[in-house]
Amino acid sequence: MNLGVIVFPGSNCDHDCVHVLGEVLRQSVRQVWHKETSLDGLDAVILPGGFSYGDYLRTGAIARFSPVMGAVKQFASVGGMVLGICNGFQILLEAGLLPGAMLRNRSLTFICTDVYVGVENAATPFTGRCEPGQVLKLPIAHADGNYYTDDVSLSQMKANAQVVFRYCTADGAVTPEANPNGSLDNIGGITNADGNVLGMMPHPERCAEEVLGNEDGRLIFLSMIDALKKAKLQPKTVTA
Amino acid sequence: MKAKIHVTLKQGILDPQGKSIEQALATLGYTAVSNVRVGKYLELDLNETEKEKAEAQLKAMCDKLLANPIIEEYRYELDAER
Repeated sequence: MNLGVIVFPGSNCDHDCVHVLGEVLRQSVRQVWHKETSLDGLDAVILPGGFSYGDYLRTGAIARFSPVMGAVKQFASVGGMVLGICNGFQILLEAGLLPGAMLRNRSLTFICTDVYVGVENAATPFTGRCEPGQVLKLPIAHADGNYYTDDVSLSQMKANAQVVFRYCTADGAVTPEANPNGSLDNIGGITNADGNVLGMMPHPERCAEEVLGNEDGRLIFLSMIDALKKAKLQPKTVTA
Repeated sequence: MKAKIHVTLKQGILDPQGKSIEQALATLGYTAVSNVRVGKYLELDLNETEKEKAEAQLKAMCDKLLANPIIEEYRYELDAER
């Protein structure tokens, strides 16, 4: 598969993503500078974590106007698979590719720790390798991960099974104590209505190989590769 | 023209910074204080002589970039003197 990792000024998890996809999972992967305007030849793109544009104004608020974001929107609109991790998730929210917005963590602190998330929807192209309800242990590292959306949008997302990850205990119980940042409904990851764009606050690229002592994150990337292979076997029905 | 823009979280959206400051004020003895909201203040010069045009531009800037309409609201003052 040909995968792209977008690099904004201030991205700092792009190399981790490239390492996991290229070295660990042996896929063809390239970095895409934010000034590029074409994603031609790529099967999926990842918006990595970091502090794009220094998080000035609001997280993701300035990155969404980067030249490459026009191409990302176009790519997503024709069904292309887009994964936003942490700051990448924040950028997708600001760009309107995902519903809602991020508020400062309830604790007002930057939180860097392992959390548990339950897989609410294992039928997305990003979670096909997971069992429904499976609990994943993944690291988070953010100050603005307190997800918010209005009631109407939340009920639409629930009806469409767009809530993919919810913070929970190691046993899978979704409790207020297991919510690290105050997110509405313990939400840690969501897709768009079509299911081809996923935003998640935890970092799967930081736990995708044995040497790191945790491989849960690998499931996300393997699911994506599975979904891309499957799509390649089917005749294309979408045209731009 | 000089524009002064205030961006705050919408009423009803929890403002953890505001809450924290409110508690600090209460600790100092200012127990009559409630509903503290923290926001952003921006100033900018706009090379525009017509107030209507300036307002239209300011609104567009706020809607597109300066505020996130999902969580924030804004108000502005335009000073035609400058």
